[in-house]
Amino acid sequence: MGRDLELNAGIALVAIAPFIAALLAPLVHRFAAPATGWLLALVPAAIFLFLLQFLGPVSNGEVIATAIDWVPAYGLKLSFLVDGLSLTFALTISGIGALIVLYAPAYLKGHHHLGRFMGFMLAFMGAMLGLVLADSLLALFGFWELTSVTSFLLIGFDHSRQAARRAAIQALVITNIGGMALLVGAILVRQLSGSWEISALGNLTGEPLYGLVLACFLVAAFTKSAQVPFHFWLPNAMEAPTPVSAFLHSATMVQAGVYLLARLSPALGGTAAWSTILLVFGGATLIWGALGALKQTDLKQMLAQTTIASLGLLVMLIGLGSETATAAVIVYFVAHAFYKAALFMVVGAIDHEAGTRDITALGGLADRMPLTFIGAAMAALSMFGLPFTLGFFAKEEIYAGLSDGPWQDIFALAVLVAGNALLGAVGLLVAIKPFLGAEVTTPKAAHEAPIAMLAGPLVLGAAGIVAAVMTDWFGASVLEPGATAIMGEPVKSHLTLFIDLSSIAFWLSVLTWGLAVLVYQQAAMIRTLLRRAGALLWTADQVFDAVMFGLIRFAGAVTRALHHGRLELYLVTVFAMLALALFVPLLALGGIDALLPLSDLGDWSARLVWPDLQPYEWAVALLAVIGLGAVLVARNRLVAIVSLGIQGTAVALIFLLFGAPDLAFTQFMVEVLSVVILALVMTRLRLDEHDHRPFEDLARDGTLAIVCGAGVSLALMVVLSGTLDTTLSDFFTATSVPIAHGANIVNVILVDYRGFDTLGEISVVMGAGIAILALLRRRKTAPAKRARKAAS
Amino acid sequence: MNTVIFRTIAPLIVAIMLVFSVYVCLRGHNEPGGGFIGGLIAASALAIWSVAAGVEAARKALRVDPLALAGAGVFAAALSGLASIFTNSPFMTSIWLYLDLGEETVPFSTPMVFDIGVYFVVFGTISSIALALQSGEES
Repeated sequence: MGRDLELNAGIALVAIAPFIAALLAPLVHRFAAPATGWLLALVPAAIFLFLLQFLGPVSNGEVIATAIDWVPAYGLKLSFLVDGLSLTFALTISGIGALIVLYAPAYLKGHHHLGRFMGFMLAFMGAMLGLVLADSLLALFGFWELTSVTSFLLIGFDHSRQAARRAAIQALVITNIGGMALLVGAILVRQLSGSWEISALGNLTGEPLYGLVLACFLVAAFTKSAQVPFHFWLPNAMEAPTPVSAFLHSATMVQAGVYLLARLSPALGGTAAWSTILLVFGGATLIWGALGALKQTDLKQMLAQTTIASLGLLVMLIGLGSETATAAVIVYFVAHAFYKAALFMVVGAIDHEAGTRDITALGGLADRMPLTFIGAAMAALSMFGLPFTLGFFAKEEIYAGLSDGPWQDIFALAVLVAGNALLGAVGLLVAIKPFLGAEVTTPKAAHEAPIAMLAGPLVLGAAGIVAAVMTDWFGASVLEPGATAIMGEPVKSHLTLFIDLSSIAFWLSVLTWGLAVLVYQQAAMIRTLLRRAGALLWTADQVFDAVMFGLIRFAGAVTRALHHGRLELYLVTVFAMLALALFVPLLALGGIDALLPLSDLGDWSARLVWPDLQPYEWAVALLAVIGLGAVLVARNRLVAIVSLGIQGTAVALIFLLFGAPDLAFTQFMVEVLSVVILALVMTRLRLDEHDHRPFEDLARDGTLAIVCGAGVSLALMVVLSGTLDTTLSDFFTATSVPIAHGANIVNVILVDYRGFDTLGEISVVMGAGIAILALLRRRKTAPAKRARKAAS
Repeated sequence: MNTVIFRTIAPLIVAIMLVFSVYVCLRGHNEPGGGFIGGLIAASALAIWSVAAGVEAARKALRVDPLALAGAGVFAAALSGLASIFTNSPFMTSIWLYLDLGEETVPFSTPMVFDIGVYFVVFGTISSIALALQSGEES
């Protein structure tokens, strides 16, 4: 039991530690600049080593779960789960993360915002770790959005460049569409299954809302993993510094969509809709990405496009859902993470040391950068898929399950062979073209990169080979638990170093190699052809721009229509709405009928009763009428304002006479102040002394005033004609003195029972005051500025 | 408006109004009154003062920027709510203290502090608007 608790605290720490490191990163950079990478890399390295100890238990079929109470009142828990799938992802993220954290300070050496950058990077890693370890769908959503936000900061890190800002916003917009879909999907799933925990989900394929749930999660996964038609943000995300790309493309962010699909495939997978959609979109993405890669000459862009292709391939495999396909998902994911991170770091090193990333301007670097070349070669061989590399097994697993299936499988197989061949060709291009052949003069005199930048490619390149050679260990510790978690039933590893010359899969591999070499040799010609064809296409990137600009124009049009800036019309709208709000319920609910039944109209004279009032009460009423009359006949604005004050004061007197001293008091003061302020406003606005308005305006405003006044009066009369519910006032009368020690119920409610509301209201009063002052000062300074401008 | 009679009598009116505003504010818990109406009375007093003696004189008499008073009011009101921390009860639970002064017992309470906060918010906001409008008129 003791060990169990310890482990649980450890898992929670895994999710928190990167964020703590992220906060410390700027300090580390300030006080120990040369060692930034080495010090910060300790955190992911420690997480990696800590997670390694789970490899044994998990490969024995254990699932380690832990939870922290989050919102106990709603039964919401922050639950984490370590099984084969999440462990594979978490190990990849922390392992590659350690190498990247080591690499980044060397790559960005001397950058004045390096500390901040490392902070973003570690927070990004923490978000990704949390995402793959989370068991609660809501926690997963939180970490999912956090990866979007942190990647936004990373992609837009070089924020002085417009392209970087645009790419960051684009990535954020696209991935957030998916984030919202994910939230909706999570809530739907919670309604269907009654639980937030993914591990507690049953099979949802028979549920009535299955289609909607599937659509939500597919949108989430497709936007995150850059599937067609959401693929275009990923190449643009290349605006980020290279270490970000290496991380983002290999183990994090874009793999989150793949992870989500794999994680949910026991709950949602297996249906015709699932496999058809994943196969079609995955296949389209695979081919589009691979062709896109061949079109580029920029090494980084080539790798970015191949990531799209690889993500499409993974989505296809999840869609196939067979045992070998599922095993292939795990092997391919690991193989891809190794070689893609390594190649990105290699490209970064080339860029850093030679000064260019253009494949046509590079050549013969192998002599000057031998270690980099070794790393690149090892990674590229895995990407190409030669035996004794992890990439070979990935390919074998993909082909093995498909070659004897129905026609869909054969079709998928054809797409996969073509895709793999194209990807292999790109691997060769990236690893061979810059290093071998005749030496080309580069902008900088190339030399070997520092050790911190070499560690990543060498370690990861070697890892791809070591893992392949230790076939039995890899199969038992990584492949089996991971594939079992995706399938929901035990999967056995078929990995073996022995090459079976009689298997179709092997000969398909040979075919793939042949095609890859062919494409490699004809790369220049294919590039020209693709560019010619591509010029005709309207790309999704342009569609995105069109949609964004359309949105801005639409918002502008709506604003101009609703926010026309004419105060007079705003007031007319407000009061017209008030009149509607008063009369519609009165008519619909029969209020007027209850007050004045139509049947009684005959003897209406009986209803006209002379009110029984005291003489002084008559006098006050007369005062109000005189004030009102004066407002109507006033020729001068100031007279009208003062007359309105007289009328208001008379109303206050009526309140006083009929037992509402509080109300009367306030009304008095409001009348005084409104006369003063209105008079001041009038002089401020430099209005005419007289009110010149066309008769239509006067008629409109007068009608509105009468309608609103009549509506309020009628509503009050209806309210008073019914029985008054005194529950609340009884409660306040009874409790005011004993609980709140006050006899004035109005004040007690304001400052005690509903004090929190009052606090909000006085804040609003102050806020409104500040806003009014700001407007007044603006009016005052604007003419002064104009005068200064004219003078100068 | 700025007649001799008005100028002579204004200080008297203003003084009475200010005293009255404090009285109204403090008695509010048991009799008609309270911070809101007290603040309005005080703001009216300041408006009268500024009409009689000019905006600058009114600002000078106030010594503090009226908007700062409003801010202090919101702060005091929020702080009075926080006092309930010390009794380990929810936010804005009222606390009552009774001071024995010979024959009289004077109650002090967090709602009273709250009400004084409301007084300052209303007074500060309304008078700063009134003063700003007037100073615009002068310039």
